[in-house]
Amino acid sequence: MTLAIKNGHLIDPASGISEPMDVLVEGPTVKQIGKDQSADELLDAAGCVVCPGLVDIHVHFREPGYEFKETIKTGSRAAAHGGFTSVVTMPNTNPPIDNAGMVEFTLRRAREVACIKIHPAACATKGREGRQMTEMAELKAVGAVAVTDDGADIESSWVMRRVLEYANMCRLTYLAHCEDASLADGGVMNEGFNSTKLGLPGLPKAMEEIMIDRNIRLAALTGAKIHIQHVTTAGGIEIIRRAKNSGVRVTCETAPHYWTLTDDAVTDFGTNAKMNPPLRELEDVEAVKNALADGTIDCVATDHAPHTFTEKDVEFQIAPFGVVGLETALALTITELVEPEVISIERAVELLTSAPAKVLGLPAGALEEGGPADITVFDPKAEWVVDPEDFESLSGNTPFAGRTVRGRVQATVCDGRIVYQRKRQP
Amino acid sequence: MADAVQTTWTRKDLIDIEGLSREEIELILDTAPQFVAISERDSGIKKVPLLQGRLVVNWFYEPSTRTRMSFELAAKRLSADTLSISASTSSLVKGETLHDTLANIEAMHSDVVVIRHQYAGAPHILAQRHQSHIINAGDGCHEHPTQALLDALTMRDHVRGVRQDPEAGLDGLRVAIIGDISYSRVARSNIWCLNKLGAQVVLCGPSTLMPPEVDRLGVEVTTDLREAICDANVIYVLRIQLERQKTSLFPSIREYIRVFRIDRESIKAAPQDALIMHPGPINRDIELSAALADGPRSVILEQVTNGVAVRMAIMHLLVNSPAGA
Repeated sequence: MTLAIKNGHLIDPASGISEPMDVLVEGPTVKQIGKDQSADELLDAAGCVVCPGLVDIHVHFREPGYEFKETIKTGSRAAAHGGFTSVVTMPNTNPPIDNAGMVEFTLRRAREVACIKIHPAACATKGREGRQMTEMAELKAVGAVAVTDDGADIESSWVMRRVLEYANMCRLTYLAHCEDASLADGGVMNEGFNSTKLGLPGLPKAMEEIMIDRNIRLAALTGAKIHIQHVTTAGGIEIIRRAKNSGVRVTCETAPHYWTLTDDAVTDFGTNAKMNPPLRELEDVEAVKNALADGTIDCVATDHAPHTFTEKDVEFQIAPFGVVGLETALALTITELVEPEVISIERAVELLTSAPAKVLGLPAGALEEGGPADITVFDPKAEWVVDPEDFESLSGNTPFAGRTVRGRVQATVCDGRIVYQRKRQP
Repeated sequence: MADAVQTTWTRKDLIDIEGLSREEIELILDTAPQFVAISERDSGIKKVPLLQGRLVVNWFYEPSTRTRMSFELAAKRLSADTLSISASTSSLVKGETLHDTLANIEAMHSDVVVIRHQYAGAPHILAQRHQSHIINAGDGCHEHPTQALLDALTMRDHVRGVRQDPEAGLDGLRVAIIGDISYSRVARSNIWCLNKLGAQVVLCGPSTLMPPEVDRLGVEVTTDLREAICDANVIYVLRIQLERQKTSLFPSIREYIRVFRIDRESIKAAPQDALIMHPGPINRDIELSAALADGPRSVILEQVTNGVAVRMAIMHLLVNSPAGA
């Protein structure tokens, strides 16, 4: 069985290709990239970009423990709908993914129900308590691709240092959620003029920057590889830029809402604008955009964090942090970064494919003959209106409902199988 | 005949002062005096039938004595039926949301729902979805609009009395607000209200209790008490929450008194005729000395009297304005 994706514009950042090209798929692999391919099945990509399946190294699929928010099955469908074929799931489930059995559980569920590739990240400390480190060598052996206590930082610098040293020995990257919990105390939005106006407790930018700085210094001390999650502030970006220049092994990501929205989005007490770290201010949004363009920010990751309508339909101060992102990430990258010419379409594809794959050394994010046929086809001009009712995710907690965006996934292919295809409109 | 443009009330709810225009604030202030008169009738019959047959629900998530009493009296003097609900914790503890609770209240056909809540924005999100007229009786550290309105009425009464000008407003009045600004919804509502009415506001308190970028609200900010009150027409003293010292927001009550108390000594820096106001309840001799609280410059009890009238005026405007229904 062969599949030809024809008439599209191929962008493969890993090989530097950006030109009209057909892709011939045989079974689960790419057989040939070239002109005028024919096959048993045709996928017309006229007017579309054909690129490697998108990669998201920061998602929460909530299984086990919170299957009412999302499951590995629904999360993977949401991913496919958004053009993603590989994701890294965070371990803050209940129970958390802090031992080999839990990693194996995740991978087994992925084999049973997921339509895309699930790579579990495991906890760095038992129970995410920041005290005793997990059995990282075994976690790695059974398939964990990174370690993290995501959702919180490791408070003790001593523990953090040992975690980094040990993870480095195991060739595991630490994914750092940078937050000084004592400074964050009770905060629910960015601290600044808007929090003053609304009377809501603030999360100062320093809460993030202090721990970015600490974690980078510990990475420098230990020689370990660290990846800073969801960077949001101009100051944090500057710290990372300096560290990169001085040779520290640090990478970082940001999420689409951090280049699209400011804390002005909170002024209606709408809980879908509540996430951690919080939406910052205009100067930070500008810094994020610049850092995406100049490479200081390595990749895009969504921090897809589903919560039910009821959980979010409460007073702002008691609503859970987090928004979904898998089904809007590509469109927000095109609408807010490519169309205003902050970055090129090639850079956009890189930020969503080869760049995140490279951060964790995942076997994804590139199109090559003989390689896995993970392919996304999207129409960069297609306009649509975000409607959570259309999401495949179990949850619809997006701050972008009703927003008109451009860039729509037409088809997602994972291991040669079409896992999502947009229905033709009558 | 009369060519004056009459402002009419068009809002369903009273959620904050931030969103009100100067004309709307003045409409409330101009509506209130007739209700002061009702409470002071020679006949002793302090009641009018403006809300007869209506249901006013006082829904308080935080302990409150005077605000609750004031709203309840206001409703009763308008002849409304009243119902009080106190809840010590969030609805979520019982497994329902705030919206569920209000939907249940509305199923019993409430007309006005007065809500006090420990979290900012609660009245706002309720007003967006529900039919009842919502009155914010204080939401977290956000706003306390009826307090600011009764304060403005009290200041205006005083200005009009002193200048013997029944039309005088607050333009140019200097108001010093002293104390914990960060956690104060009273301060926020007063800043909006006074600014809209043309008064000048200076804030003074410990730097640890001053919210970031508050000067962008159009106020002066100082930590020097004498500087704050030296040309003040009104000294507005906020209640200091005694438990704040435990969280390292100020070192001790003793030190707070030393730096920020309004008393015979510190008030020497202020003009002789500066008024003293306080939203209550007072921590006597902590933020304000007893002698000044009870002295001739204090209008604290007038604030309380005006509170009932302002709340009557608001309920009347919300329920009986044709466009506001």
